[in-house]
Formats: sequence, C-alpha cells, structure tokens
Amino acid sequence: MRNPLSDKVIAMKPSGIRKMFDIVAEMNDPDVVSLGVGEPDFDTPWHIREEGIYSLEKGRTFYTSNAGLIDLKKEISSYTDRKCGVNYDPSSEIMVTVGGSEAIDIAMRAMINPGDEVIVPEPCYVSYQPCALLADGVVVTIPLQEKNEFKLTSEELMAAITPKTKILVLPFPNNPTGSVMTREDLEPIAKICIDNDIIVISDEIYSALTYETEHVSIASLPGMRERTVMINGFSKAFAMTGWRLGYACAPELILRQMLKIHQFAIMCAPTTSQYAAIEALRNGDDDVDMMKESYNQRRRFLVYAFREMGLHCFEPFGAFYVFPSIKGLGMSSDDFAAALLREEKVAVVPGTAFGDSGEGFLRVSYAYSLDELKTATDRIARFVARVQALRKLKK
Amino acid sequence: MNEMKEKILSVIEKNSKISVKDLAVVLGENEDDVARAIAEMEEDETICGYHTIINWDKTNRDRVVALIEVCVTPQRSRGFDHLAERIYNFPEVDTVYLMSGSYDFCVMLEGKTLREVSRFISEKLSTLESVTSTATHFVLKKYKDHGTVMVHQNKTERQPIVP
Repeated sequence: MRNPLSDKVIAMKPSGIRKMFDIVAEMNDPDVVSLGVGEPDFDTPWHIREEGIYSLEKGRTFYTSNAGLIDLKKEISSYTDRKCGVNYDPSSEIMVTVGGSEAIDIAMRAMINPGDEVIVPEPCYVSYQPCALLADGVVVTIPLQEKNEFKLTSEELMAAITPKTKILVLPFPNNPTGSVMTREDLEPIAKICIDNDIIVISDEIYSALTYETEHVSIASLPGMRERTVMINGFSKAFAMTGWRLGYACAPELILRQMLKIHQFAIMCAPTTSQYAAIEALRNGDDDVDMMKESYNQRRRFLVYAFREMGLHCFEPFGAFYVFPSIKGLGMSSDDFAAALLREEKVAVVPGTAFGDSGEGFLRVSYAYSLDELKTATDRIARFVARVQALRKLKK
Repeated sequence: MNEMKEKILSVIEKNSKISVKDLAVVLGENEDDVARAIAEMEEDETICGYHTIINWDKTNRDRVVALIEVCVTPQRSRGFDHLAERIYNFPEVDTVYLMSGSYDFCVMLEGKTLREVSRFISEKLSTLESVTSTATHFVLKKYKDHGTVMVHQNKTERQPIVP
C-alpha cells in the first residue's frame, strides 16, 4: 500500500499535554487530584443552558448562515464595543466559529503564503504552531522571560522580525502563564507592527478574566484595527467550553477569506450554541462577575501557597493559571510533574507542554474549588519539602 | 458597611468553615483585620450564627418540615411585632416571617414528628387570641436549601488534563 499520510502531518509533534493525560488516564486512581484542566469548573449558567434547551424545543435545528446568526453577531459587536472599545460591523466584520480554536486555524490559513514567518511568543497555547505549519508558514518563536512577567517586550519582538515576517500571534491574557499586557505594554508593540507592516492575530479568549486590571485589546490602539484579527469566544468567560463557540472580528478584507474556508470546512457553528450565546451576551455579565470573583480568590490562594512553599511564583493577573518556578529544585518540569503525580497523586502540566521556554515552570490551574486547591497544595508542599531535603543531603 | 466586611460575608455565607487565615489570603487582606471584622460583625449581630445544612433524609430520623400560614388580627398600638414575638418565642418554631399577600405570618417548624406539629398548632398557635386562621403545609421533599442542591448531582465529567 502506498503511504496514505501527509508528510506535513507526520512531521507535526503530538501535543505535549497528551503525555500527561495518558499517564493520569492510565493510573485511573480516584485519589488523584488534577490541577491540569484548562476549562472552568463552573457549569454554564442555567439561564444560558435553558435558552439552548428552548431553541431545541422550538425546533431550531437547522443550519444558520455561514457567518452565524445575525442577532448573535450584533450582540458580539456590541460586546466588543462595550468591553474593548472596538467597533465591528456585524454584517461584514464578524464571524462565529467552532471555538476560538477554529478561528486561529482559519486566520492562519487565510493569511499565510508559503514561507511567510509567523512570530509566536512562548510559552503559549498549543495550537498556534501546528496551525501555522499546516498553512505552510514558518514559525519563529520568542521565548518570553519570567523577569518581564512573561510579557512580550519591544526588544524581543524587534529581534525576531525579518523581511519575511507577516504575522504576530499575541495570546494575552496568556495560557499557561496568566500574564496580561496593559495598554502601556501594548503601545510599543503596536508601533512596531505598524512600522513593519505586521498583521496581529490577537487571541483574547481569556479577556473577561483579568484581575485588578482591565483587559486592553491591541485592536483598540490607533492604527491597529485594520491589521488585527481579534479572536474570542464563550468557553472561558461564560463557562461554555463544550458548546464549542468562538468568534473572530477582523477587517472585511481578511474576514471574507476566512469565511470562505469556514464555509467549506465547517458550514456553520452549532445552532443551539449560537442561540445560547445570544442569551450569554445579553444577560450574562453578572455570572461572569461572580465567576471572576471566585477565580480571583483562588488565584490569591495559589500564589500564596506556592510562595509559602518557597517556590518563586510571579503574580499573574489573567486567565485561571499560576505558573510557579521549580528552577531551584534541580528537576526538569517533566520529571517534577511525573514524580509529583506518582508520589503525591497531584496532576499539573509541565511548562514545557507550552514551548521549550516553559522549562522550569509548572502550569497550575485554579479552575477548582478552594477545598480541592487546599488538598492539592498540601500535597505539593509535602513533595517540595521532600525534594528540598534530599537536595540538602546530597550536598 | 465597608467593602471588606461585605466580601467576608459573601465568602462565609457559602463556607462558614473557612479559617480566618485562608479567608485573609483569598481576599488579599490582613489576617488581623479580617479577624477583627468578623468579631465586630458577630458583636453587632450582622453575623447571627453558623449553621450546618443537613440533608436529614440521609439519616434515620423520621421528621417533618411544616410551613404554616397564619392569619391574625393585629392589635391596636402594638401591630404585628408583638404577635410575632408571641409566636417566635416558642422554641419549636424555627422561622417566622411577616408576609405580604393573603396571610400574615409564615411560620416554619423543622425536625418534628407529625404529632408534635399538630399538637403545637392545635394547642398553642391556634389558641392565641389574635390568630384568626391557620393553614398547614408539609414539605414532601427538599430539592434545594439555602442555595445548596440536596438531591444527588453527578460528579464532574471534566477530562483530568486539558490544554
């Protein structure tokens, strides 16, 4: 038989997170506490679920138009205006996608020509690199520094730019670091993008989850709206991961081409989810505030707990992750995570699952109840103390 | 009331077992300040007690919960408060609310046998001079109490590791 596979796909590395998943699944131990989940622990608020149920009862089980329900696109337009101060035309500059993930994929495919360079700051979510590669892009990674709180600096960006640079992926608030970029942080980045004619894919899926600071979209800075594809969705803000619903906002020139791919590959986002999402945007602000307050409390708890253990943990102001450093313990992230799981039955994700620059760090999610976090941090503290004691002995 | 006190209340309303230290950490406040604020609120009875939500259906105790609608004739110059006091002073009464609508007091008795409830109504409550009528309802099943769902809920089906 001939080789049935694409060389490009074979060359793709499987997601680093999969390894950890397999070990946990294999253990199949009810005593394992996992802090490895990148999705909210809240159920979708009932009024939103109820709206989805109602749409099914009414028999709204047809396709919608490719770009999504116009009422939903209008709500997205008003939400984006209200929260980010950027105005998009619902009829030509907004499309509803199957999660933010689809939007990332089609944005890359709509813009990349073979050999175009895509700058991806790391550590970051796992899909940018494979999507860029599938679109024949060349990925240039920037290892972000903890000393800069994992923000992208203008020096780092300048050093990565070549004449072939076309796209910058800007994933803030960031998964896995929890880092956010303020207006002051974004301004020099925006200037560089304009000067060098770079398009930004701004993945703002965690925009609703920032603490003690307001989210700023780079699209809201002067001169950036026309060169930004803004990606967002319902998964994190409204605890709607399983509904698979996201959206992209971009100038019509780009969006029209993204829509073409979406039209042929997906047809339209799930109809039930779209109806539920209208309700989320119209009446969901209080739910988001409630969840955000909870996350913020757990965030403080985790940062405190890791610092108590003597681990360095910079204070993250976004998403629902902390990213403590284990550099002083003489173990790699992978080894630490594997040993922690084996010895104390706590699952965390090694920072390296999000890029080489995640070495020496762990991604710890706080999308868990305070009780679960307490149990887990007690166990981690025990493990860390043991590792430290052993190190002293060896010396 | 200051902002910190309101935040404390919103946390301990759902979780009164949280330690003062943890409470201070999750709210980003100083531990001594939190302890003082709680003491103040206990003192001025903003915090009236710490109770436990129990699903008695899971125990062997046979007990009923009764909700009694009570109509009264308010007394001149003493209004409803005096009457309410006559009712809430009975130790078997758990809850008394003054209501708008077709009756005046909502009285709840929890954890009694059927016989105890009927004796209380016929001998004590109905015989109060100002009480003109009562209507008693028994709770058949508690689904949710104080914001807590009492019936069985499925455990999370989230995947243990997700990017």
